[in-house]
Amino acid sequence: MSAIGVEGEIMAPQDKIVIQDFNFIYSELHALRSIDLKIQSNEILSLFGPSMSGKTTLLKSLNRLTDLIFGVRHTGMIFLDGMDIYDPEVDVTHLRRRVGMVFDLPTPLRMSIFENVVYGPRLSGIRDKKRLTEIAEKALRSAVLWEEVKDRLHTSALRLSGGQQQRLCIARVLALEPEVLLLDEPCSGLDPISTLKIEESLIELKKEYTIVIVPHNVQQASRISDRAGFFLSGELIEIGTTYQIFTKPKDKRTEDYVTGKFG
Amino acid sequence: MAVSTRYLTQKIAKVLVWVGALSTIAVMLLILLKVLSEGLPSLGLRFFFDSPKEMGREGGILPMILGTAALTAVALSVATPLGVGTAIFLREYTREGRISRMIRFGTDCLAGVPSIIFGLFGFVFFVIYLNMGWSILSGGLTLAAMILPTIISTSEEAIKAIPEKYRDVSYSLGGTKWQTVIHTILPSALPGIFTGIILSIGRSIGETAALVLTAGSSLLMPTSLFSPIRTMSVHFYILATEGISMKMAYETGAALILLVLVVNTIANWLLNRYVRHRS
Repeated sequence: MSAIGVEGEIMAPQDKIVIQDFNFIYSELHALRSIDLKIQSNEILSLFGPSMSGKTTLLKSLNRLTDLIFGVRHTGMIFLDGMDIYDPEVDVTHLRRRVGMVFDLPTPLRMSIFENVVYGPRLSGIRDKKRLTEIAEKALRSAVLWEEVKDRLHTSALRLSGGQQQRLCIARVLALEPEVLLLDEPCSGLDPISTLKIEESLIELKKEYTIVIVPHNVQQASRISDRAGFFLSGELIEIGTTYQIFTKPKDKRTEDYVTGKFG
Repeated sequence: MAVSTRYLTQKIAKVLVWVGALSTIAVMLLILLKVLSEGLPSLGLRFFFDSPKEMGREGGILPMILGTAALTAVALSVATPLGVGTAIFLREYTREGRISRMIRFGTDCLAGVPSIIFGLFGFVFFVIYLNMGWSILSGGLTLAAMILPTIISTSEEAIKAIPEKYRDVSYSLGGTKWQTVIHTILPSALPGIFTGIILSIGRSIGETAALVLTAGSSLLMPTSLFSPIRTMSVHFYILATEGISMKMAYETGAALILLVLVVNTIANWLLNRYVRHRS
């Protein structure tokens, strides 16, 4: 892991991820149409737009979770720190550790809180109990969950509230010390207070990670992101600073969407 | 008019459903009551710990209990890894296609084969061709082939029922396919797989025809995997059909039912403990 970090620093790319002319096609559906997008280090980028516009597909393409879907194909390139992630030489499990993902609904595995957090590190070969405990504490602290669960780490994760479960899922990804964090509507099933907590932790996390989020509504995009991109029917209509997108959108469709004329 | 017809249909359906459910319970109770009422009164603890004497007219059934247990253990330890492995292959390692259809067709066929055919195969292949003789091993391997379809299909159902999101999580945390299977799929599917194993234990304990041909009907205490044995069901069958002792036959039957009950209770207890521990 550390070697990769060093390598990343030497290259010092302002652009963490570069997407070039990327198309994604499910057997019937052309889900992404020639996407060109650069994601900068340590920013929070929101990808928003109506459902079925390709946001989730793009997220899943960034860590090749789309590999699991049968009968799909893609064209174009995605680079992570200059490395073509679809290169046959790439170790996909390693890629997924560098580009972690949090899903729209909390998905704690049926095991204890502790086991959930150290699931990834364990799979990557860390056995030492003390080291795992340290990783778990650090990750839970970063996800602002530590204080609430420190006394019951070995009880089932399923007994946590929805908001706590989602922060656990974030902690579980952070435990891998990824470089990029993908979040697919991470607050869609949560109450406003839990949502606020997650948003606060994301702003904190931005210092160390590059974050790409599909917010569950336009307001969330405007609250937390540095830049925002508007998706419609598989196309990236417009991308800019959050302020520009929400106050002076260049494209009529973006304006209609953010002002609530449709969507 | 229409309303009253619908009302009548409703009534009739209700009666039919109730009759179905009640007769199922009634048949089960009748069988249990008959065997237990004939066998239980004279059944003593010694029956479980004695060897049979005079062809089974006197004594107990310890060698049969041990033989049955050993046979079941052999069958399960062969069929479980094969069956669960096949189920994992079908659900995680291959897509619906010619190979998976062939495997499913094969297991369906296997499930439909009468047990005496398995017995004949076991006799020709294990007992004679592989020269294993009438033995725990021959019988156990034959049984393994018989319970394989059950284990495959229950395991496959259990794996199929695991939400896709668990796989996504495991893969997204950098898991390989095998790690995902071991750490996520199998633990979640375990209760279902367990059900298949319990069903298979029932099948193993109850099987008779195929085992006369492959495990033999020896009354001696088994000493190794190559010992011939007589399972409890075979013992029951021989006692009853050869007119040796109906009393002892019923006692064997009652003992069989009690043991199955004990095994199932323990298995269920373990299963519940496991499920509770994980949620």
